[in-house]
Formats: sequence, structure tokens, C-alpha cells
Amino acid sequence: MPDLSTNCAGIRSPNPFWLASAPPANSGEQVQRAFDHGWGGAVWKTLGTPIQNVSSRFGAIQYGGHRGVGFNNIELITDRPLDVNFREIYETKKKYPDHAIIVSLMVESREEWREIIKRSEDAGADGLELNFGCPHGMCERGMGSAVGQEPTVNERITGWAKEFANVPVLVKLTPNVGDILPHGLAAKRGGADGVSLINTIKSLIGVDIDNFVPQPRVGGRSTNGGYCGAAVRPIALHMVGQLARDPNFRLPISGIGGVTNWRDAVEFLLLGSSSVQVCTEVMLKGYRIVEDMIEGLDTYMAEKGFDTVDQMVGRAIPAYSDWGDLDMNYEIVAKIKADACIGCNRCMVACHDGAHQCIHPNPDASSHVPIVDEDECVGCNLCQIVCPVEGCISMEQVDNGFAPATWNQHIGDGAVLRPKKGAH
Amino acid sequence: MDDTSADTAALPPGRSEAVFDDYKPAYTANQARVEANRCLYCHDAPCITACPTSIDIPTFIRKIATDNVRGSAKTIFDSNILGMSCARVCPVEVLCVGDCVYNEMGVPPIQIGKLQRFATDAAFDAGWEYYEAGESTGKSVGIVGAGPAGLAAAHRLRRFGHAVTVYEKRSVLGGLNTTGVAPYKMPAARSVEEVAWVTAIGGIEFKTNTSVPADISWEALEAAHDALFICFGLGPDSRLAVEGAELAGVHGAVDWIEDMKLSTVDTSARRCLVIGGGNTALDVVREAVGLGIPEVTMVYRGTEAGMSGYAHEWAAAKQGGAVASWQTQPVAFVGDGEKVTGVRCIKLDADKKPIVGTEHVLEADLVLLAIGQSKLGDLAAALDGVEVEWGRILCNDDGATGRPGVYVGGDCRNGGKEVVNAVAHGRDAAIAIHARLSGES
Repeated sequence: MPDLSTNCAGIRSPNPFWLASAPPANSGEQVQRAFDHGWGGAVWKTLGTPIQNVSSRFGAIQYGGHRGVGFNNIELITDRPLDVNFREIYETKKKYPDHAIIVSLMVESREEWREIIKRSEDAGADGLELNFGCPHGMCERGMGSAVGQEPTVNERITGWAKEFANVPVLVKLTPNVGDILPHGLAAKRGGADGVSLINTIKSLIGVDIDNFVPQPRVGGRSTNGGYCGAAVRPIALHMVGQLARDPNFRLPISGIGGVTNWRDAVEFLLLGSSSVQVCTEVMLKGYRIVEDMIEGLDTYMAEKGFDTVDQMVGRAIPAYSDWGDLDMNYEIVAKIKADACIGCNRCMVACHDGAHQCIHPNPDASSHVPIVDEDECVGCNLCQIVCPVEGCISMEQVDNGFAPATWNQHIGDGAVLRPKKGAH
Repeated sequence: MDDTSADTAALPPGRSEAVFDDYKPAYTANQARVEANRCLYCHDAPCITACPTSIDIPTFIRKIATDNVRGSAKTIFDSNILGMSCARVCPVEVLCVGDCVYNEMGVPPIQIGKLQRFATDAAFDAGWEYYEAGESTGKSVGIVGAGPAGLAAAHRLRRFGHAVTVYEKRSVLGGLNTTGVAPYKMPAARSVEEVAWVTAIGGIEFKTNTSVPADISWEALEAAHDALFICFGLGPDSRLAVEGAELAGVHGAVDWIEDMKLSTVDTSARRCLVIGGGNTALDVVREAVGLGIPEVTMVYRGTEAGMSGYAHEWAAAKQGGAVASWQTQPVAFVGDGEKVTGVRCIKLDADKKPIVGTEHVLEADLVLLAIGQSKLGDLAAALDGVEVEWGRILCNDDGATGRPGVYVGGDCRNGGKEVVNAVAHGRDAAIAIHARLSGES
């Protein structure tokens, strides 16, 4: 029976699934219900000087009939009185002592940080998360991503927090930067116990094409917001992996960004996260999704032989390399399983229009199965991606007789590369 | 001989067909969008190949998914101007839907007919107009028959700018779409609306209650027009030449269906026998059941597996409560001297040979004969060069007969197929006629 309990930067929880600091973690009543459903932890919606929000606040991308593939919000930090928040944190922690409550914070002055950290710890916080990421509204007031985008400010405020805090401090990083690494290293220099990322991506979710107003609409105007949801997962995975694989970083990571199910969560764990945070999928589907996340992770760990979550954290990191270290002589070609093919020809049109023109109609007109010209196939995966039948197209390795050779080895040592394919 | 325009073809109220509801309810916008998003958007899709009018189905479905319904309907109408009725009456199970690649995956196929109905109904409801008549060419085409083939040809010819006159023997327009389609697929009134929609392109002159050549001779037609398109369908129901055929209560199925759709039929019968095993037989079985006749039995000479009617239609008929007497042949109608009271039948063996000693009487107070319709091809045989075989008028792929300038399409060409086949004939013949009149062939 795998052990799902988690220790992320010293913050312990019965499983790695935390609610992210966001509307689902806005109040004690909500967080307690979430814990009842099985969530292992919750990062309380950011506390600071309570703000006033606008209406409306959310927008979403619909694609192919799926609602909320990408999600955007222009909500700010908590709008509830601080003493109410702290009282509810206290009550919740008392009722759920084994669950993790991490309090997200965003204030300005050193004195304010001291004050709010003390009150958070007094309320029973297991950890603190410094919100240096919010890319809308608060950044216009010099907080949120305005802090996260400036490594020196990040380091300074992290230092204050560490000076005042007795519980672990996570720095929540903004993805609205060219390279995440300097920002992760700044948090480390400031003394952070770990980082959480990504916060939302600065975005404009859409435009009302009938009324010529961007969305979400606030009267006759809108503003940029923070983008999240399933669509941002690849960006988050990259940034998490980028930090996790850097030998100078080596801090615990709480992964955030487009986690919708146990499978997504496993990806974050394999790339170096020791907990994962979820917001959008909960907003769209409710707390109950966690039951499947726990069960799915448990089954996966049992199948893979992982006894603890720690054993899987970062397992995919050694395989995350620079392009120049990829084996140029590794060669695969597409194979179409004839008895699984339904004859939709999507591989053919994708290959012809979007790739390398190597999938063709079957010369035997009685067959609906396209053929792959393997001499021309560059092994790009596009056909496999568009094929609607699971397992119909496989990418299979070709033994071309060439020893493995990377670009860097080719440039540096003259390693021999196989002839190019499809470059005519 | 009357002259009329399409919109005067009003139908009387209280028609028997009014009791039927749609057997495939229309999609709501939400349902259509969800279904449209399931479509795989195949390249060179099998559904297109399966459609006799080659509608670009993946494209029209994608346009529903992107909320470009106006464009979706245009994609349909560009290939099939009767796309609204075809959406309802096509046997999609054996055409586009039957060839959907999802069938190969064991996944329910895309409901192409319902999506097509969604788009084309939206076009009708919104009054979107897509086509206008071409600049007048000074040429004139005569069309014999105002059914699907004739309407499709007329519309396409008007787009080319040719003058069009349609000669129709009935007072109503639309052919079998109006007089023959099972009412749970499409009521007559919807067909009449479609005729009005098609003819809104303008310049199509109708001469109703005009039979060719009885009311106007071939010579007169050829003199009046630069080309002719013959699409006068099939003739009356075939009758069984057996004893008692004249008894009251014995009807030809097509005749009876027309009465049901355009006026009323007596639905007080208790036991109805339908003679035949084709799609007209299946339609009339389902219609008799739907009209509330308690016992409806199909009497067919062959086996269930051997009948020419669609299996999905028979399955639906059975679900409605109909039964069948397979390998059974009527040998005489029995009656009380006035009204039919039953049909004397004999069982047939696997070779459809009577089995001695198996004669029996099936009781009935309504007998509907669905054993085919007579072919009208011989009416055109008077035209030198027009060849007729088994009552069908012969032609090349474009519909051109052996007589220059005379084209043919629809049931009088193929012996009786689907509306969509007739539409394809009409469209393609119009294109060929246009090429001829433009001096291109």
C-alpha cells in the first residue's frame, strides 16, 4: 500500500494535493469541506489589506466543446476582514490538525510583513506562501508580480519573511518572466524553504466581438488578468523542471498550473514537485475531484512500485536535457496498425499539410489504410497526435546503424550524424 | 391546365398525417454543438462519398461547431438545394451515417442527418438567402415533373440564367416529398415550404395539372424549349391480378399514402395487411400502425433477410407493434361481395415456390399493395432516339438521353430510389444542359 503522505519544504500533509490560493480556499467553511473530500492541504486565499473586487471577474476559453480549457481571472486577494480569516484558519486547523494549512500573504512594508506573519502563525499556519506572482491589479499597486519580477525585491522581502517566520516559507513565483531561474535563485538567496509555481500568466482571455469589449467585461471595459487552467500546464511543467534540474537551486517545489487529475499531478511530481496545487479544475468541477486524484495516484504508485511520494519526485529530471544533448541518430518512423485504422485520413492530411508529405493513400484502392513512406518519414509524431484511435499509430525505432551522437558531440568532437530525412 | 406559383399550393387542414410526430426530434443548438464537436473532420471523408450529392459533410459540421450556422447551411445547399428535406428523409443509416468512421471504432456514428436538419432549418427559419438567378441567357428549359429532381434542376438552371418552365401533373408541387414521404419524417406542409424556398430564386414558371404528353405534346415542348429534363417519376401502384382485386378496402400503397398526406384516409380498420417487402411496404406499415390500426401485418413472399426494405425501418416497424408473415403469397382477395374481409394466401418455399396444402386466409379489412409502381418510361419512347428499358429511360452519367437536348433524372431513370438520388440527377443534368446551351458540349 503506497504512502501518499507528503513533506514539501517541511510542510506535511496526508497527500500531495493542496488547494491553491484562490477562490476555492477563500473561507473556513470551504477549506473544511475540501478537507472532508480528501484534499491534503490548502493554501488560504491571499491575505493582505482586504480589497474590493469588480464584477465580472472570470473568463474562459472554450475549445471543441470543452468549456474552460483555459481560464482567466481578474479577482484580487481576499476581500474578507483579516480577523475573520484568522479566526477561520484557527478553527480549521484545530479541527483538521493533520491537514496542511499554508497561508498566502501579500503586504507591502516590512512592518506589515512582520505583523501578518505573526498573526498567521498564531492562527496555526503550517507554512506561509509569499504571493509574488499575481499579475493583475495588485501589481499595479507594487505587489504581486511587481515583486516577483524583480529578483532583488524578491530576495529582500523573502529575507524579511524568513526573519519573522518560524514555519516554512514558500515563495510563489510568477511565470511572467523571460527565465524563471534567476527568480528561483533570488528566493533561495532570501532564505526561502521552497518555491511554488507557477502563478497565473498575464493574459487577455478574449474579446466580445459583438460589443468590441475585451473579456471579462466590467461595464464597458476590461483589463488583463491571470491565465490558468489545463492550457497552461506545459508552461508550468517547463518552469518547474527548469528549476528542479538546476544544480544551484535544489529547493523543494510545490507545483501549480493546469493540474486537472492524478495523471497531471504525477507529471509535476516526476518533474520535481513534492506537492501539487489545484485551483481551476476545482472551480470548474468542485472539490470532489480529489477522490479520483488520490485513488489514481495510489494505483499508479502501486503499479510502478513507489512506496512513497518522495521516491517519485524528480524522477523525470535526469531525462530533461538541453536540445544539444539529444541523440541526433535516434530514428523513429510511424507505423499504422491496419486493423485498427478507421480510414479517417487525418494522419494523411496532417502529414501532407502540416508535416513532411510522407503518408499517402493506399495504392490498393480497396484499402482505406494510408501508407507511410518510411524513407521519408522524419518521425515527427504529428500523425500519431491527430489519430483518433488509441494505439493505431505507433512511432517505432529504426536501427540505422549509427552510434548515438548529439549535436554538441558533433560540433565538439565531430561525431557522425545520420543523413537528414525529409529535407529536400 | 393551370398556371400557378409555388405558394398557392395550399394544403387542406385536418389531414390524416397530422397525427404523426417527428420520429427523430430536432436538435437544440446545444445538442447540435456537442454532436458537431464529436466529428473527427476526416479528410476525404467516407460520409461524403456515401452521399449521392457529395455534400461536404465534415465542413458543414465544423461550421456548426464554430457557430457559423449560416455558412454551414450554405455548404449543404451548394451541393444539395433540397438539403432540408434530405436531412429528414434520407436513409442516413445506409448512406453517410452508415459510413461514418466512428462505426469502425465501435463508437456511435455522427448524427449527420440531424445536424444537417439543424443547419438547414436554421436557414429556413432565419430566411437566409444564398443564391440569385444568373443573368438571362435567353435559353429556355422545360422540366417535366416538379419533384426533387425537377426542383433541383430548375434551381441550378436559374442560377445559370436559363428560363425554366416546370410541367407538373398534380396540383401540388414537390413530388413524392409532398405526396409520399412518411409523415413522421416530414409532413407535406414542410415540403411545400421547401418548394417555396427553392423557387424564391425567381423565374421558375410552373404549369400544374399538366400531364405530358396528354396535355401538352413532346413536339410542343421541344418547340417551346432549348432543352428538356424529364423527371416525371413513377406511375400508379402495381395491382395484383387476382380474384377480388376490385373489393373496397384494397388500395395501392402509394395512392393511400398520398391520400393520407394530402387529405384523409379511413382509419377505422381493425386488421391491415400490407403486401410487399420493400421500403414503401415498410413505410405504410409504420404509417398504419401510427394511425392507430390495431393489427398491422406485412405479407412478404421472401424471408426477413431477403426483403429489399431497410433493416432499420423494419426494426422500427416491429417496435411499433407490426408483425410479418414471411414467405407468404396472396392468391386471392376474399370479401362479402363489397368489402374485403381477408386475403387467401399460400406459403412459399425457399425458392418462392408455393407449398401445396398451405392455403389459408388472413383476415383483413384494409389491404395495402406495396408491390411496386408502374414505370412511365414508355411515355417518352415516342421521342426518336430516347431509349427505354423495362420502363426506365436510358441515359449517360449526365442524364443525357439518346436524343440531343433531352435529359432524364429521378425515379423514371433509376426505377425508384431516394430523394437524394433524384436531387443529384437534377443538379448534374442542369450542369450538363448548361454546358450544352453554352456551346461547351
